[in-house]
Amino acid sequence: MPPLQTHSVGIELKNIDLSYGNTRVIKDVSLSIKQGEFFAFLGPSGCGKSTLLRLIAGFEHCQKGQVFLGDEEVSALPPWKRQVGMVFQNYALWPHMTIYKNVAFGLEERKLPKNEINQRVKDVLELVGLQDYAERRPNQLSGGQQQRVALARTLVIEPKVLLLDEPLSNLDATLRVHMRQELLELQRKLSLTTIFVTHDQEEANTTADRIAVLKDGIVQQIGAPMELYDHPDNLFVAQFLGSANVIQGTLSKQSNYTLFDDGKGMQISLQSSDIEGSKSIVLRPQNLALCEAESNTADLQGQVKIREFLGNIVRYEIQVGRQQLIVDEMYSFDNVPAETGSTVGLTINNDKIIIM
Amino acid sequence: MTSKAYKNPGQTLLFILIALFMLSFLVIPVVKVFYVAFIDVNTGNLTLVNFLDFFNTSLFQESFFNSFYVAGMSVIVATIISLPLAYFTTRFEFKGSVIIQSLGFVPLIMPPFVGAVAMQLLFGSNGSVNLLMDEYFGFTIPFMEGLNGVIFVQSIHYFPFILINLSTSLNNIDRSMEESAQNLGSHGMRLFRRIVFPLAMPGYVAGASLVFLKVFDDLGTPLLLNVNNMLAPQAYLRISSIGIDDPMGYVIAVILVVFSLFAMWVASLALKGKDYSTVQKGGGGLAKRKMRFWEKVIAYTIVIIILLAVLSPHLGLTLLSFGSIWSYSVLPDGFTPEHYVSIFEETPEFMVNTLIYASMAATIDIILGTAIAYLVLRSKIRFRHWLDYTAMAALAVPGLVLGIGYLRTFLGMSIPFGDMPLATWWVMLVIALSIRRLPYALRACTSALHQVSRSLEEAAENLGANKTKTIYRIVVPLMSGGILAGFVTSFATAAVELSATIMLVSSESDAPLSYGIYVYMQSAAGRGAGAALGMVAVVIVATGTYFSHRIIEKGRRERSLENNS
Repeated sequence: MPPLQTHSVGIELKNIDLSYGNTRVIKDVSLSIKQGEFFAFLGPSGCGKSTLLRLIAGFEHCQKGQVFLGDEEVSALPPWKRQVGMVFQNYALWPHMTIYKNVAFGLEERKLPKNEINQRVKDVLELVGLQDYAERRPNQLSGGQQQRVALARTLVIEPKVLLLDEPLSNLDATLRVHMRQELLELQRKLSLTTIFVTHDQEEANTTADRIAVLKDGIVQQIGAPMELYDHPDNLFVAQFLGSANVIQGTLSKQSNYTLFDDGKGMQISLQSSDIEGSKSIVLRPQNLALCEAESNTADLQGQVKIREFLGNIVRYEIQVGRQQLIVDEMYSFDNVPAETGSTVGLTINNDKIIIM
Repeated sequence: MTSKAYKNPGQTLLFILIALFMLSFLVIPVVKVFYVAFIDVNTGNLTLVNFLDFFNTSLFQESFFNSFYVAGMSVIVATIISLPLAYFTTRFEFKGSVIIQSLGFVPLIMPPFVGAVAMQLLFGSNGSVNLLMDEYFGFTIPFMEGLNGVIFVQSIHYFPFILINLSTSLNNIDRSMEESAQNLGSHGMRLFRRIVFPLAMPGYVAGASLVFLKVFDDLGTPLLLNVNNMLAPQAYLRISSIGIDDPMGYVIAVILVVFSLFAMWVASLALKGKDYSTVQKGGGGLAKRKMRFWEKVIAYTIVIIILLAVLSPHLGLTLLSFGSIWSYSVLPDGFTPEHYVSIFEETPEFMVNTLIYASMAATIDIILGTAIAYLVLRSKIRFRHWLDYTAMAALAVPGLVLGIGYLRTFLGMSIPFGDMPLATWWVMLVIALSIRRLPYALRACTSALHQVSRSLEEAAENLGANKTKTIYRIVVPLMSGGILAGFVTSFATAAVELSATIMLVSSESDAPLSYGIYVYMQSAAGRGAGAALGMVAVVIVATGTYFSHRIIEKGRRERSLENNS
């Protein structure tokens, strides 16, 4: 028997507008999250992602718009009536209570019988692997353990949705990777609708089914991680997810191809298309490759400015005309990399150029 | 072969000198007091008979109970004053918060005994308030009758300790503590009882035990209000009237120290391992909301009533110091500067002595404080922490006890190169004051040294400066803000110390301000002059407090600038 029941529901935000005084923090945001989905709010700090999360939990009030949990509108409900689980960035474990007391709190508030509370606390602590720590105090646990307690405390009330506010930001790098896998595994097991707020694109990419990219209180784009990476709607999304070379220029239609010209001496021929005029193109670093400078397959020529060995790849910054382009090459055993200062040729994988 | 590390003979010498000082002027006198309390006067054997006598004497039983009752009630009344104030500032966006913050330190700039007599003229059975109430409502309230008077004066004086500690711990609760409880289904009173209250508790207990300790030990206030059936006045009266050999004074001294230690132990227990301050960067404090109209009315009413009570000693003292005759009337009959003229013309030595004693004591304090802080944080001398512990232990020794200890320890000794008795030499008073204020100066110096990075010293040593040079040219200049703040605090509080003073002063020509106030206030005719001296004391303490605050603020601002650049 699974230790926890879930009554997971979807979330819908309709035309949310939220201001602090005269500052508009959330601007007409609408999105809908499916039941059981692992959803991420991704964006730089100050983009409104945490505010949006706190709005769903009932800690913020919007001037316009509605929040739905499943079919129920919760906009007017106080936080304690929403049955929404939230894990705080600093975990917010109460230092004057033991782990057991912390986890039992929500159940006690719901006036469950003692033995049931006992059983459920025991089960959830087992679920997060902390059954032996029940009598400790929060300050006696490591960061990762505190994180698990915060999660257990939230899950034990069987929330309708789970909200995670930058849950991994207080952990060190190795633990962060481990915990995000654990989180994902747990979420899949419970099939609990989850929103994960983060500013780290890698965290969002590795965990989320879908991501909403936010900037300045506006949803820039919603989609699956790879979709956003391959088909960004705008430059912000293109640059926020992964590294990208963005070059501005003009497109003009030729006989059987389209020519891109940056106006500073760089010309690239693209597959024929109907798009013309002043545009930007986005080249992912791995879609460029080095070759001999004189090779006739070379689309461009440039000089190696910087070379960084990152283990699995070698990253170059190549000066081409007045542009600096980032190029990633796979590194394999005994490769001889290009020297800094040398002149190299570049080939471009034409069909992977994104035009904006 | 064992390797030879560089040992610093100067540090060892310094350690020994300080240890000798602490031993002579703190440890031995206190041990002596304890020793005498446990000695049979007739046989010289160790005994508990003095304590049995004490608890079999009805006057002492009564005094013991009264001291306990007054201290306990003062904590309760101080709590009743503090709770609404802390609640208004931490839960609401309340404009009156500025008033409340100043309420937090206004009482502290006047030692309670200074305002005691003035309070009697305002709130006593024939005081202004009761005269007015009798006239308009036909009844009076016994604010100042007996123990009530002590409780009233002490609690409006010491409540800031509770207010400050409680507000700080409430402000240190992160909003997420409250929000996570709401998220899990809790709100209102339940949330307060289960989350907010327990988190604020350690701060409250620390403040409350401090109030208890201060009131329990206080000699000046009951003495000036003529309430003698309490422990501290009894000890003073026994020693001063019956003599230095009467064991009861020592028994009381032991009881005072034991209860002080107990109160400090409770406070440390409350705080130990319970650093509940949970504020993260950015989002701090509990959620605040705007007050509704009627809430504002209630809040301002309460704040203004408390403000009036807190300012009443200052108001009363001012009236008294400028009043010609004030008796059985709401206000003095007339106003005159005569009292000020008389204190400056007839008894200027009170003020001169105070300035000399307090500045000497404060100088000793910062020298000792800097040296101890340096030895503890920077040297590797074994037992160096004992200097810190011993100096801090002075907190648990009431001035009265230290005074008795000096009288007994240095009994029969004469001053160097003279034949005056050593114990009542004015230098001993200066030393007693410095021992009493050392804990505060030491904490100021320690925190100042904490902020001087070790690498700054190492850089100087690396460039060729020896330890002494480094301390002189690098450490002390960098600590100067903290040292100065320590000096000012020690100076201001030493200037108004009464309990040790009253034991050690032998002639009026050697006496400081606080003693002068006490002497003047004994007679109805001297009250005006006593009040004028009291005003001088208030000005000294207020100026000192203001400057130490400014110095600390300035240091903080400079450091934050450094961090930003």
